[in-house]
Amino acid sequence: MAELAAQGRSPEVLFWVGCAGSFDDRSKRVTRAFVKILQSLKIDFAVLGTEEACTGDPARRAGNEFLFQVQAINNIQVLNGYNIKRMVTTCPHCFNTIKNEYPQLGGNYAVEHHSTFLQRLIDEGRIVLKEGGTFKGRRITYHDSCYLGRVNGVYEAPRAVLAALDADLVEMKRSRAKGLCCGAGGAQMFKEPEPGKKDINVERTDEALNTNADTIAVACPFCMTMMRDGVKAREKESEVAVKDIAELIAERQGL
Amino acid sequence: MLVQQILFVIILAATGYVVWRRARGIARNIRMGQGELQTDRPGERLRNMLLVAFGQKKMFKRPWPAILHFFVYIGFLVINIEILEFIVDGIAGTHRIFAPYLGGLYPVLMNIFEFLAVAVLASCAIFLLRRNVAKVRRFWSREMTAWPRLDANLILTAEILLMIAILTMNAADQWLQVRTPEKYPASGTLFFSSMLMPLFNEMSTAALVVTERVAWWFHILGILGFAIYITYSKHLHIVLAFPNTYFAPLKPRGQMKNIEVVTNEVRAMLGLGDAPQTGAPGRFGAKDVNDLSRISLLSAYACTECGRCTDECPANITGKALSPRKIMMDTRDRMEDISRSLAKGGPGLDDGKSLFGDYITREEINACTACQACVEACPVMINPLEIILDIRRYIAMEESGAPAAWNAMFQNIENNFAPWKFPPSDRFNWANEGSRTQ
Ligand code: SF4
Ligand code: SF4
Repeated sequence: MAELAAQGRSPEVLFWVGCAGSFDDRSKRVTRAFVKILQSLKIDFAVLGTEEACTGDPARRAGNEFLFQVQAINNIQVLNGYNIKRMVTTCPHCFNTIKNEYPQLGGNYAVEHHSTFLQRLIDEGRIVLKEGGTFKGRRITYHDSCYLGRVNGVYEAPRAVLAALDADLVEMKRSRAKGLCCGAGGAQMFKEPEPGKKDINVERTDEALNTNADTIAVACPFCMTMMRDGVKAREKESEVAVKDIAELIAERQGL
Repeated sequence: MLVQQILFVIILAATGYVVWRRARGIARNIRMGQGELQTDRPGERLRNMLLVAFGQKKMFKRPWPAILHFFVYIGFLVINIEILEFIVDGIAGTHRIFAPYLGGLYPVLMNIFEFLAVAVLASCAIFLLRRNVAKVRRFWSREMTAWPRLDANLILTAEILLMIAILTMNAADQWLQVRTPEKYPASGTLFFSSMLMPLFNEMSTAALVVTERVAWWFHILGILGFAIYITYSKHLHIVLAFPNTYFAPLKPRGQMKNIEVVTNEVRAMLGLGDAPQTGAPGRFGAKDVNDLSRISLLSAYACTECGRCTDECPANITGKALSPRKIMMDTRDRMEDISRSLAKGGPGLDDGKSLFGDYITREEINACTACQACVEACPVMINPLEIILDIRRYIAMEESGAPAAWNAMFQNIENNFAPWKFPPSDRFNWANEGSRTQ
């Protein structure tokens, strides 16, 4: 972004990568897949690179309001400094915080999650997926992210994106508004679970495995980690893949 | 008759007084909370109230209990219109005072009331079976201790008895209309209670008079008793569901409430604004009920203890100590304990106890994934998560007592601007990794 600004240009859209997308090895692959899609469509985008910082969401949900506000206000300073208007992100938590919590602190951006972004590209015919293709006969189940679905009401976009792949979509028993959390939200990602009978991600993975899908599709880096750990715990890594919707589109396009 | 009239007026007045005192106590407890109840955007609020409280919209996510509950609810609302006649008769010493005025409409109304009475009766019976025989999981979890279970069963049984009283009263009355028509105005044939008439066939007229009176008194005393009882019970939701849905926050679901003092302090620290005004900032987050917002406290009184929230809670489903219903029940119990203490001249809020610590434990608070399943599930728009997050703020900011792993995460964000221990200079490395990139 700094380079663009130095040239006096501003991008059509800023891709907010998020901490997981930047540092977590598995999520970095999602980041790269999404970037490939953007590049293949010659979309004018930029990233903040090393100027990006945690939105503060995990700190806020763990109770540390002070730290959240420091992060938020600093980020808003940077974004406003570059006069950013439109953003897209692959992380529902970043999406929620930027969309619903930054406005109160002076950050107003039209921010989108990559599921609705991709859906629009498909609807507009910019992403063209030919009939048949490599996904014919594959079974995909979509796991709703709480902060995308229940919290922000985005249930259909990720499903529409998956439907375009021409695979069989199967629903888990608890889906959409009733979708079961992967267990990572509310900063649980960053600590061990409290004592209980079962881990939440294993409970959810079992439900996904019951659909006999060969792919569990996710739209959140934390769901990605939790579902992969769940699949590992059930020793199904060789049969069942956990993939982000962007990766599936990239794969279908041979990117 | 005059004795009955005087007795009735005294009982009515006494009930009114007791209910008024209870209402005042509850209102005082809710006012312990922070901030005002919000009244902006009245149109949207009214809509929520009409759809969710009046129209029971969120109940219908589970159709079977919703239909049964709808019968009880409508029955209760409509049969209470008949109570109006009871009260006028009771004070004036008349009998079915509306019958002559309403003419042909009266039997129609009475038949509607009776139909609903039967529907309420049947629904309550099924509810009792569901709770006690089928043992639906959400009615038997840990926080459903003796009293909450008894509370539910008492009300269901009372409703059944009240409905039987109405039908008995009407059956006896119809005999009396035949035998002494000058004293008992015709109500027309009442479908359900006329089926009970053969039971009273043999009775003398005097016995019928007594039966009718006893059933009448039983019903009205039951209703008045109910009015007092609900103020101590989860059944307060029949009243408070309305204000609770009206005052429910309209902000986006994903938005936690902002702490202005912190914003000012942070802005000043970053050199973006004036130094914050001095003066005690008060407590961050919530340790006790008086730190919570008023809507959270109102919600605690409006909670129906239905457990739909807990039924969908991922933490609860997987055996963690957390139950969002218990969060609401604890909040109400704490307020009621404060009331009781004050009534006895005790210290009330300053009794050395607090909501967090003595009622709600750290383990419960730490188990929440903030997934909002509870918020989505609640049929009366209660947000248990708000209380959990308020308590987390207290733990993190006042006690510095967050779990060690979270404190490490805080430190990483502070030093590296990411929740993990990676140097910020590595943030853009993803672009140069991966064989197929660029
Ligand atoms: S937000 Fe917390 S309390 Fe509510 S359902 Fe999710 S985990 Fe349970
Ligand atoms: S908070 Fe709502 S869903 Fe939970 S028990 Fe109370 S009324 Fe039921």
